[in-house]
Amino acid sequence: MSLLLRDVKKSYREPGGGRLPVLNVKEYSLKAGEQAALLGQSGGGKTTLLNVISGIATPDSGDIVVDGVNLAKLPEPARDRFRAERIGIVFQTFHLLPAFSAFENVLLGMSFSGRANRGYARELLERVGLKERLNHKPGQLSVGEQQRVSVARALANHPKLMLADEPTASVDMANQNVILDLLRDTCREHGVSLLLVTHSPEVAGLFDRVDQLSDFNQPE
Amino acid sequence: MNLFSIAWKSLRQRWLASSLTSLSVSLGVALMVAILIVNGVVDQMFSQTGSGYSIIVGARGSRTQLIMSTIYRMDRPIENLPWRYFEEWKEHKWVERAVPMNLGDTTQEGGFPIVGTTPEYFLIPPIPDQPFRMKVEGDDKFNSTWDAVIGSQVARKNGWEIGSEFQMVHSGGEGHIHDEKFTVKGILAPTGTPNDRTVFVHIDGFFALDGHDKPVEEAIERELKFYPSESRADIEKRYAADLADIRAHAEEEASGGGHDHHHHHAVSDLQKEVTAVLVTLKNDDYGIRAQSLEAEINEGIQAQAARPTDVMGRLMINLVGNVKDAFLVLTGLIILVSGIGIFVSIYNSMADRKKEIAIMRALGARRQTVMLIILSESLLLCMLGAVIGLLLGHGLVFFGSPIIEQRAGLLIDPYSYNPWEFIVVPIMIAMSALIGILPGLTAYSTDVAEGLQS
Repeated sequence: MSLLLRDVKKSYREPGGGRLPVLNVKEYSLKAGEQAALLGQSGGGKTTLLNVISGIATPDSGDIVVDGVNLAKLPEPARDRFRAERIGIVFQTFHLLPAFSAFENVLLGMSFSGRANRGYARELLERVGLKERLNHKPGQLSVGEQQRVSVARALANHPKLMLADEPTASVDMANQNVILDLLRDTCREHGVSLLLVTHSPEVAGLFDRVDQLSDFNQPE
Repeated sequence: MNLFSIAWKSLRQRWLASSLTSLSVSLGVALMVAILIVNGVVDQMFSQTGSGYSIIVGARGSRTQLIMSTIYRMDRPIENLPWRYFEEWKEHKWVERAVPMNLGDTTQEGGFPIVGTTPEYFLIPPIPDQPFRMKVEGDDKFNSTWDAVIGSQVARKNGWEIGSEFQMVHSGGEGHIHDEKFTVKGILAPTGTPNDRTVFVHIDGFFALDGHDKPVEEAIERELKFYPSESRADIEKRYAADLADIRAHAEEEASGGGHDHHHHHAVSDLQKEVTAVLVTLKNDDYGIRAQSLEAEINEGIQAQAARPTDVMGRLMINLVGNVKDAFLVLTGLIILVSGIGIFVSIYNSMADRKKEIAIMRALGARRQTVMLIILSESLLLCMLGAVIGLLLGHGLVFFGSPIIEQRAGLLIDPYSYNPWEFIVVPIMIAMSALIGILPGLTAYSTDVAEGLQS
């Protein structure tokens, strides 16, 4: 099992003093190497779910087991380390660092896990078709190219689980399929489980497994 | 990628703000370096010049004026003493050397102070272990009446060489120029002391000039006052031979003996004067004899004595020391203000960098890591400023030293450094830590989920 969520609850403090429940997941799982699309409406808790799974945010209660490790029980530094080493994230707006070249952005992802490998960083960028763009900064790359850099960066640390948050929402139709194919193919090649959240049924339709967030998340 | 290269990338992204803030630090550091080096030279000049002499004896008055006029040639000489008094010093059992100095006149060209003295002057280094080095031609140096030795600055500014001739302006006040000409026989190598801007003339020549021999009556009167236990008869008896000579000469002149006005006769000791006597003592390693002689003379009514190191030490502490401290405080403030500039620059950038920090954290960077990146930025800015400042400061000294030497007479080695300047390194490290701590804590406490949304 690559991912298992059990009795996960997450709520946010409201300005009035009350709490707004966002997540209430009884159980959700993903097998090792499995790829799933999670379909949900905007504001449905998709990003919060990914933040909780990646250890960026902590749940109010419940277990989040990734690759056999219960993240909910780990202190923050250990979660950071775990995220750096075993989880890859692709963001909707790519989140590349503008001061760094494509190559350095990939290398940066490796640096925090202490496993910087320049050869592998170059190899990944070549794999996503950016062999000629290694030293270009994000501002010098097209939107599609930027997202490809972010895919390479997410794969840099040989993750066990890849989380993709609306990865095609910011790219044009021509690039959408390229990005999705790239994500799915590279995850398959590397044996990485992929959980992709989207609000688009078309995107979700490309996956063999499609889950409706509302089916297993009942925050009320 | 290590923390410093990540920090360096961020700084390069904000290169204008980064370079301006770093430059402000470097200007402060450069100023500090220059002040420390120049101060070191001034300190050496004031505290060491003259330390080769045990005591300086001169007419009664201000001790500081005595030192300033004889050693630094910055003040007017006080008064003159009878030559006989100088002769007594030479015979003193503790005295190793007693060198006469006559001051007051200046060169016509350049207005450099003139010192009438004996060749012995150049045997006593004004700073211990730094003997005079003199350029001469052959063996012909400072032995005859009209010989002169000039300091390095005088040579450079007036363009004088060995063999050059010059005239002196009398100190009388109306700018009377002596007709006699002195010839340069030696040029001193730069010493970093006021000797560099002094002209030394042989004391025989000095006395031979018009107005430099005291009229006989005045000389006797002055001697009566100086030695109150002696009567006029005693004094006339002492100088009987000289007086007879003077009278004979006067009669010869009155009878129109065809003497040229500028014919120079030997000046009698009675008519000779000395402005100050530089004294070195035998067997006085600890300066005890100097102190006791100084006290003895100052208790009397004839003259005063001062130890150069003592007078200048006080002056350094009270005046020069304060100026140095004021400058260093000012420099410290400049560095502090530039430090605040760096703080403002980094702190202001934090709002824009919330997302950047959140991305790093999302990629697995720990809180401490992002905090260290910010501290590294602060350290890089400060150290870059310090290094540029050190180079700039030394560049300032390198290119400024000839100008300072020319204008102020301070001899500064262009490659000199003050060990204290390296204190800037720990100061900068401490300052960068202080500057970086608050922005670093901001980075530390950045909410990742919120930062990614921003």
